[in-house]
Amino acid sequence: MTEMTTIPTGDNQLLNETQSDRKIGWLERFLGPDNYRIVTGLFKTPASIIGFILIFIFILIAIFAPMIAPPVGNDPMKIPRDGFSGEPQPPGSPWDKNVPEMPFWYKPLTGNEQWVHLLGTAQGQYDIFYGIIWGTRTAFQTGIIVVITTVVIGVILGSTAAYYGGWVDNLIMRITDIFMTLPYIMMALIFSSVLTPILGRSLLPPMIAMITFSWMGYARIIRSDILSIKERDFVLAAKASGVKNGRILFKHILPNAIFPTLVLASLGIGDVVLGFAALSFLGIGTEIGYADWGQVLSFARNWITSLNRYWYIVVYPGLTLTLFVMGWNLVGDAMRDVLDPRMRGKS
Amino acid sequence: MTNYIIRRLLLVPVLLIGITLIIFGMLQLLGPVERSALYVVDFPRNDKQIEGLIRKYGLDDPFFVQYWRWLAGVEDPVTGERDGGILFGDFGYSRTASQDVIDIIKSRFPNTLDLALWTIYPMLSVGIWMGVKAAVNQNNIIDQAARIYSIIGTSFPTFVFGLLLLMLLYANNQWFLPGKMSPWVDQLIRSDEGFRQITHLLSIDALLNLRFDVFWDALRHMIMPIITLSYISWATFVRVTRSSMLETLRMDYVTTARSKGLKERDVINKHARPNAMLPVVTMMGSSIVGLLGGVVITETVFNYPGIGKAAADAAAQLDVVTILGLAIFTGFILILSNLVVDILYAFIDPRVRLS
Repeated sequence: MTEMTTIPTGDNQLLNETQSDRKIGWLERFLGPDNYRIVTGLFKTPASIIGFILIFIFILIAIFAPMIAPPVGNDPMKIPRDGFSGEPQPPGSPWDKNVPEMPFWYKPLTGNEQWVHLLGTAQGQYDIFYGIIWGTRTAFQTGIIVVITTVVIGVILGSTAAYYGGWVDNLIMRITDIFMTLPYIMMALIFSSVLTPILGRSLLPPMIAMITFSWMGYARIIRSDILSIKERDFVLAAKASGVKNGRILFKHILPNAIFPTLVLASLGIGDVVLGFAALSFLGIGTEIGYADWGQVLSFARNWITSLNRYWYIVVYPGLTLTLFVMGWNLVGDAMRDVLDPRMRGKS
Repeated sequence: MTNYIIRRLLLVPVLLIGITLIIFGMLQLLGPVERSALYVVDFPRNDKQIEGLIRKYGLDDPFFVQYWRWLAGVEDPVTGERDGGILFGDFGYSRTASQDVIDIIKSRFPNTLDLALWTIYPMLSVGIWMGVKAAVNQNNIIDQAARIYSIIGTSFPTFVFGLLLLMLLYANNQWFLPGKMSPWVDQLIRSDEGFRQITHLLSIDALLNLRFDVFWDALRHMIMPIITLSYISWATFVRVTRSSMLETLRMDYVTTARSKGLKERDVINKHARPNAMLPVVTMMGSSIVGLLGGVVITETVFNYPGIGKAAADAAAQLDVVTILGLAIFTGFILILSNLVVDILYAFIDPRVRLS
């Protein structure tokens, strides 16, 4: 607060600062002043920087998964099993059957000759470390696809509603209201279990189900974004010069309205991954043994009476999932502060 | 006010039609053959019989004909008996649970209510209290702690939190238990030893029967789900309360109250907080409604036999009839409780009923 109350002195330093001889970088020129403020705002608080670092680490893990945990067999997304015994094995227990290639970093780092179950195995001898590393790919894959699709649906419905107004607006927004009434996880659960007999067990049923029940928020935000821009002079100018409705909407209005929503949406990946993990924790989605965090965690459900002995089937995958979601939430929180006009100039 | 209530009531049939259409539409994604398999106990092997079934139940009729039949059922022209029809409470037969879906609902819903009843108070009070504390102490250590808590809280997956609780409070020393009741309570209820089930909510029944040992047992089973549900809601309540309270504290009337020389405690408790509560009340409504709809993940983690657990079990076994029946029921509950919440909200905030 203190620097805000500086009184302009004779040398007019304050005035000079706001003059245009301030250097304007290429990024600011490209994004425009408002969007530039958003982007720089994201890199200012320590919380969001921690968030970015977390996200970056997970991106690296996803990219270098084959080196961190070399795959066994044809399908790397299948968690390799060390036998079929039911009882989980603690971290560090030796790998007996079906041994994968030892990763390059293991020997120099630990000095061990034999590749072990670094984080233990779950029931059915699924290797937890492998599941976590390759599960990162599943997380990004589902997160990105679901977010992009929901945003596209939201943009189409929200912008149509806002631009045309009248009964179109009314119809679309009432449909949105109805979808909003339904409980998200329950409906996603139900829809994906209806889809599973049709599409088979894969990532698709839960993804489609999540998309079906999560576009409403974006439709609402984009609608209000556009409503606020629709009345600007440049839209009127475009109308007066006879530009077609569709073109005005997609070439003139959307590019000016959409940026904050896009950034906010991309940070929704954390929530999507959380929902997806919840669904596969409940036993919906991929085949048993697919590298997916929720799936690994769901193994713990059969061991709740002895979780104190088998803590590693909860703690490691749970921690991974939490850190992933937290990375996105930290950045998202900073983003909300930047976008919220009430917070401007604060914190 | 009456005007508002009437307008709000008119919305109910629209919501009902919308929700039933969505759920029926999901069912229609399956082909007629798959759908005939859902309702018949011994499914015939040859194609002709399957075709007969499809014709008998009209599974290839136009969408809206089937939709109406699904809603209202078919009345037998001779006996006048009604077959099916979710509007008349026939949600179908659950094959995985070997009972009618309506019976599942009857036995499970009281448990969900029981849990919701005990969760509401801790969920609301603590979250709001933390949010107000954070806003009053803006930017100092309490505020920072509340913000960090709200980020961690929203990032912590419910089921991971639940599993950790089970690990610490159950697997280690059996302080608190998963499930609904201990075997001896179950026996007591089934036997005729004078335990009257008045409300079918176990904790309330225990109190009414003055059986405090049963009450304690019920609480021991509910504490972990209560902690889990409260914990996630607190994170969002803290955030909403804090920002609403911060905004209110900047209002002119708060400055006026302060300049009148009121004690800071009175300024906050009597002038700022009631006005900051409006957005929080909206959220309270939706959280309570959410609790009533059955909390799928929490109930599943703790093996708590409510509506949510029933839905999760049916979904995992791909029992489409049961899931859709439960979904419809949940939809009805949500529409009703939303209605109540909206009308109550209009009493609190005059702006709602005048708009």
